[in-house]
Amino acid sequence: MTRRTPAAQTHDCRKAFAEELIAVAREDERIVAVCNDSVGSSNLVGFRQEFPDRLVNVGIAEQDLVGVGAGLANGGMIPFVSAAAPFLTGRALEQIKADAAYSDVPVVLCGQSPGMAYGELGPTHHSIEDLSWTRAIDNLRVLVPADPVQTRAAVRWAVDNPGPLYLRVPRFKVPEVTPEDAVLEPGRAVQLADGDDVTVIAVGTMVSRALEAAERLRGEGLGVRVLNMPFVDPLDEEAVLAAARETGGIVTVEEAITTGGLGAAVASLVAQHHPVPMRILGVTGFAPTGSASFLLDHFGLNAGGVAAAARSVLEHARA
Amino acid sequence: GHIGGDLSVTDILVTLFGAVLEVDPERPDLPERDRFVLSKGHCAAALYATLARCGFFPREELVTFMAPLSMLNGHPDRKKVPGVETNTGPLGHGFPVAVGAALAAALQGASWRTVVVLGDGELQEGSNWEAAMTAAHYELARITAVVDRNRLQQGARTEETKRLEPLGDKWRAFGWELREVDGHDHLALLEAFAASSTGKPVAIIANTVKGKGVSFIEDRVEWHHKVPSTEQVRIALEELAR
Repeated sequence: MTRRTPAAQTHDCRKAFAEELIAVAREDERIVAVCNDSVGSSNLVGFRQEFPDRLVNVGIAEQDLVGVGAGLANGGMIPFVSAAAPFLTGRALEQIKADAAYSDVPVVLCGQSPGMAYGELGPTHHSIEDLSWTRAIDNLRVLVPADPVQTRAAVRWAVDNPGPLYLRVPRFKVPEVTPEDAVLEPGRAVQLADGDDVTVIAVGTMVSRALEAAERLRGEGLGVRVLNMPFVDPLDEEAVLAAARETGGIVTVEEAITTGGLGAAVASLVAQHHPVPMRILGVTGFAPTGSASFLLDHFGLNAGGVAAAARSVLEHARA
Repeated sequence: GHIGGDLSVTDILVTLFGAVLEVDPERPDLPERDRFVLSKGHCAAALYATLARCGFFPREELVTFMAPLSMLNGHPDRKKVPGVETNTGPLGHGFPVAVGAALAAALQGASWRTVVVLGDGELQEGSNWEAAMTAAHYELARITAVVDRNRLQQGARTEETKRLEPLGDKWRAFGWELREVDGHDHLALLEAFAASSTGKPVAIIANTVKGKGVSFIEDRVEWHHKVPSTEQVRIALEELAR
């Protein structure tokens, strides 16, 4: 597969989300946006201008937000429930479990500004736990786009495949990494680079950094396979196990706490079916004060950190 | 099960399914059906008995209630039981979902109505008041919220636990049209289910007796989820048959 060289230009995925939501809403009048006083932060201003009646604002009330979303789905609508990720998942987790996932209704839960996107606002506003929490809920798909192209595809996928979904919309600006011809479907990774020595599996904002690390390692004569895993749940088990068999080890990287997200999912699979050395990169605790960019570096979530983890995996594998 | 609350809500359910809701047991997924949500999902047994009686599923299924692999779980599962709209059990969930369903009807200009039955103790959950505000803000005249006001909750009387009164004033202050009735009087309930006369959503405080109809269960806090002995079941059935 051909891969785009990461361009210097970076993008905020929220804009792609907002534009694509308007595009699908033009095609299907069942689509409604539901928010918690988050018209601005969810980039729904344009949606409201075009579809004033189809923007439901429940005010600052996240439990009601998700419950109302589930009810709209029961009534035949396709709700995109959009709120800052920490409050959507943290405050309304039981509604996500009972009203959306267990009740099995087509609610698209859109977590805005996830990870450490809110930077200096601190851990109350960071959403590092969301991948652990949502992955633990049965019958809830977890989708983390890596760039604007994948974000647009994700919005469209959600409309075409009704069901409970957590869509984590990145805010931290990223370069385009997804080939235009890449297929987005559950349980299917997108391979962005190939190599035999080590595999890096990344999601969301970390994908471009994984590619950058792969370039550096290639300069050192190491072959790196880079997999983007947009569906953290369900995982592409085949791609993970192929990586375990065919390369010397696996590094995972995500802008989330390492207890239960992508790394934990990959580790569980690898440990049970084909144990190989692994390194799990992510956020390791409540962040200190700093910008999103500073905090990613602070937790080693950059090309240097990924490259170092890859070298460490290989040393372990060869020892 | 939760026999005390089952017996307090039964007359409300019978009135709704017997004479108010436009639902079709043969086609429980009809898009234009009325929506009924039992927010106090722990009283699933009363709902199952009502649904079976109305033909949503065979009455023989009722004996499997809470048995291993039964479709009749201790709290209702809409994937398994026809007539159930959303999976309730944790309190404070059904009301926001019902408001969403009523909002969907309003957005589509549809005429079906939404009825949600809440426990009184359940109103201590803040999510209900979030939902009450949303329904009033969107002027959802076609939703009715019924409070099964049996004055008891799991551990004690509601007013001793965390008082709800003045409950009618709370609903009015949240922008609802309020009606208060004897929740065991079918005709009074029927009248209370009439359309909103103010364009506001309608709240009905249905004053009930927890454990209604069985002398040793009525108004006794310990019967929230106590299981009767065989002898007690015999006496209870005799009393209820009168």
